[in-house]
Amino acid sequence: MAKTKAAGKSPDTGLPKSLSGIQGLDEITFGGLPKGRPTLICGGPGCGKTLLAMEFLCRGALESDEPGVFMAFEEKEEELAKNFASLGFDLASLVRRKMLAIDYVYIERSEIEETGEFDLEGLFVRLGSAIDSIGAKRVVLDTIEALFSGFSNESILRAELRRLFRWLKDRGVTAIITGEKGETLLTKYGLEEYVADCVILLDHRVNEQIATRRLKIIKYRGSSHITNEVPFLIGSRGISVLPMTSLCLSSVVSSKRLSTGIKSLDAMLGERGYFRGSSILVSGGAGCGKTSFGAQFTDSVCRGGERVLYFAFEESQSQLARDMRSIGIGLERWIDEGLLRIAANRATLCGLEMHLVMLHDAVKDFKPAVVCIDPITTLIGAGVADEAKAMLARILDFLKNEGITVLATDLNQAAAAGDAAEMCISSLCDAWIKISTEPQGHQRRRRLVIIKSRGMKHVQQEKDFEITDDGLRINDIAEAGKEAE
Amino acid sequence: MKKSTYKLLLYVAGATPKSLEAFANLKRICEGHLKGQYSISVVDLLVTPKLAKGDQIVAIPTLVRRLPPPLKKIIGDLSNEQKVLVGLNLID
Repeated sequence: MAKTKAAGKSPDTGLPKSLSGIQGLDEITFGGLPKGRPTLICGGPGCGKTLLAMEFLCRGALESDEPGVFMAFEEKEEELAKNFASLGFDLASLVRRKMLAIDYVYIERSEIEETGEFDLEGLFVRLGSAIDSIGAKRVVLDTIEALFSGFSNESILRAELRRLFRWLKDRGVTAIITGEKGETLLTKYGLEEYVADCVILLDHRVNEQIATRRLKIIKYRGSSHITNEVPFLIGSRGISVLPMTSLCLSSVVSSKRLSTGIKSLDAMLGERGYFRGSSILVSGGAGCGKTSFGAQFTDSVCRGGERVLYFAFEESQSQLARDMRSIGIGLERWIDEGLLRIAANRATLCGLEMHLVMLHDAVKDFKPAVVCIDPITTLIGAGVADEAKAMLARILDFLKNEGITVLATDLNQAAAAGDAAEMCISSLCDAWIKISTEPQGHQRRRRLVIIKSRGMKHVQQEKDFEITDDGLRINDIAEAGKEAE
Repeated sequence: MKKSTYKLLLYVAGATPKSLEAFANLKRICEGHLKGQYSISVVDLLVTPKLAKGDQIVAIPTLVRRLPPPLKKIIGDLSNEQKVLVGLNLID
């Protein structure tokens, strides 16, 4: 599998491609859809076909300066405009600027009588005139299968479809044709027979009550592509495809550091703290002080004038603020100054996918330097274990690609034995700090050890730490402690 | 009131054999059943493509009965007289 990230051209064959502009899709297709050829997008109802197609046009118009024609067989212009306004696409404005033309084709069988031979030249004329009116480079037909319910003479229809797809190729437009998923065929009426260059299947399935959307490239003639099923999201900014490979060595590694907010911990991490853009896992049992680590880091980052997005899955904003105040960390101030945003909700409130959407949107919107996820483990409860793992990897990949430093806490039930979450997340994280409490005499003492910290010298000794009125403090383990053991 | 109560539009795309045949068939049927009460306008979409949208034309040729209401559409070369008459509500 090619590892190169190409734009506009397939690295292996040089097949010209048209950037879809859809996040992640251009990555898994190594540069977009085949330029000047039709692509078939198929899937069941509500899987996001129309959205993907329209986004392809909007992004084409806005980002690649390629006007597009949307031929709608199911929704009227006004309905489309309304639906897409919620995703931030102003169709009316694109139409005014001649970057988009929408033609709603209405076919009602009961109103049409068929007598003798006909062809679909009317459709060709309409499409041709729409293309010419704005100099369109992209075309969407959504969904052409409506024709099959509109006309009874299927043999004419099939001949005409064949002619249509040839005609589209001759016009040199990059086209998306959508098709309803069929029972035995990919599409209900076997459109894949006509569109042979690129076929993408969308799927919307519910697994243990959690809905996930998947995308799979069934074929892409003349180009390599990712063959796996890839999850995708529909967020407030349209579609985001989340390939596992997005980590694919493309993230720029920083050697800059961010203080942990705890002097003594900085000291343990080569004197200077975490790497910027790295991911840090703080794991430990209940009541170890994981959240305090997050808060201390948050406080320190805000103090440096940078933004922090804090996902609290166990506490509300006010509770978190109150609790942290008790150890001398004032978070309200940063909220007021707009440097801190706390997103508090129960992890089980919605599916993992939705969390990912919210995280995506919040990150794109708030543009934080640091994201805290407290605790990341609860997300696993919101999904099926295997899928959750893959999803967590995607969350971390996404943040890493954005150059955001992540501090995730992980609650492990049995502090001693590495639990499942720890196993799966820790390998994805660059640094892993494990904290625990140990009985010592009649009280418990907090212990901390840096299990790993990629790319830097770090202290490997186990340390003692305290939560004081003034935040966290790390000390060498007292000799007295040794004696007690 | 004038007797031309049937206002018919025939949409074509160029003078293809199919459209010529449709026009000839239409003319013959109208002369036979609607003599003196009809008008036929031919719309060539190659000349005026924008008109296709108004009557939602997809297939060619399409005959549209504008008047009397309701709007009726018959597609094809109109070779089946019986069907055309049904389509125009001239017989049941």
